Amino acid sequence: MKERLRVLEAEPCFATLEPHCLRLLASCAAEFAVEEGGYLVREHEPASAFYLLQEGSVALEAHPAGQAVVVLQTLGPGAFVGWSWLLPPYLACFDARALTAVKGLRFDAEALRRGMDRHPVCGYALLKHFTALIVQRLQAARLQGLDIYADGDPADVP
Amino acid sequence: MSPDAAPMPEAMAPRPWRIAARHREVASDEVFTWELAPEAGPVPAMAPGQFNMLYRFGVGEVPISVSAIPAHGRHLVHTLRAAGSVTRAMQRLAPGEVVGLRGPFGSAWPLTEAEGRDLVLVAGGIGLAPLRPVVEAVLARRAAFGRVVLCSGTRSPRDRLFTAELAAWAARDDLEVRESVDRATADWRGEVGVVTQLIERGGFDADRALAMVCGPELMMRFAVLALVRLGMDEARIHVSMERNMRCAIGFCGHCQIGPHFVCRDGPVFPYPVMEPAFRVREL
Repeated sequence: MKERLRVLEAEPCFATLEPHCLRLLASCAAEFAVEEGGYLVREHEPASAFYLLQEGSVALEAHPAGQAVVVLQTLGPGAFVGWSWLLPPYLACFDARALTAVKGLRFDAEALRRGMDRHPVCGYALLKHFTALIVQRLQAARLQGLDIYADGDPADVP
Repeated sequence: MSPDAAPMPEAMAPRPWRIAARHREVASDEVFTWELAPEAGPVPAMAPGQFNMLYRFGVGEVPISVSAIPAHGRHLVHTLRAAGSVTRAMQRLAPGEVVGLRGPFGSAWPLTEAEGRDLVLVAGGIGLAPLRPVVEAVLARRAAFGRVVLCSGTRSPRDRLFTAELAAWAARDDLEVRESVDRATADWRGEVGVVTQLIERGGFDADRALAMVCGPELMMRFAVLALVRLGMDEARIHVSMERNMRCAIGFCGHCQIGPHFVCRDGPVFPYPVMEPAFRVREL
């Protein structure tokens, strides 16, 4: 527990989180490891956990029908993997595949949701932190979707 | 435009330069690099960030930043993307053929101001081309700079430029190269995500670092935001603006943004100078 708390205290995104809220988070955490090529979660599986990566990298992948697997984003040390645990139906939307051997912390989603309900002050604080990360991810995804490196209007290009 | 200044005739007259060598930068040949040698006369001194007007005789002229400044001093190097009628006509030229060139024009990346500081280079797409000579200049005098981080984003793995140089730079322990692509299939072993993700990792002294950013304007806006969020002072962030430059000497007004002419006052600007323009929708 102490080691997990130390890891969370060192995370910049939790710098302003109160100690008792960090302890709630740490109480739901356990170390995990996945080998290269293994999956942290698969699309449509229950989102029973989310992950904080400490070593290695993970690819978020989608499988469009009849097309090659598309890598939506890669995540490395310090990144969280998984948001579907926050809202029903708690089902993963994408695959999360280990590009290399991966280690980090795995959080029990149901235990954390119960803790957040029982301790709403912590629950609200944690939700604010996770929302900030989600917004950052959403803005990045929108930027990706804009295809900013594509050619502009040919009439404007010499 | 100064009403008192007359255009210098030589600034508007292209000199003939021969394509000494041509390199394909991507498999589609959409992006290619010319090494140009003058038919007569000297090779002008250029600084990273500056540009020349390159002229395909009988077709048209385009502003292209210098993408390498060889130490031997016999060539100028420019990387072009075949995106419009003039550049597509240039794409069809072979080594040995002659183009027109006038320049150099414009402002340079502030390498002197960067000495003694950490340096963050952020490149989006072909924006890596104007920053490549910065990397070369820094490596030629490596001890003069602190940590150097290059963040380079492209559309997809097949759009990556200067792959040999990127690999060589990544192998060095005195230069950190962070690369990502916006989209990829599962056979790509590198990072996928927007270039701002690479910035957010930090790893440099934001209080004192200097940043040079080059790429699509939307990408530059978000890159600046990411740098500022890490604590960088906007005054030490420099952007390279691109507009449809025509005369290159501040007369025609095609490249004007507010009170500034990109060709004459830029293309490299401290971000605070351009910040008001970035906030104007559709500018």
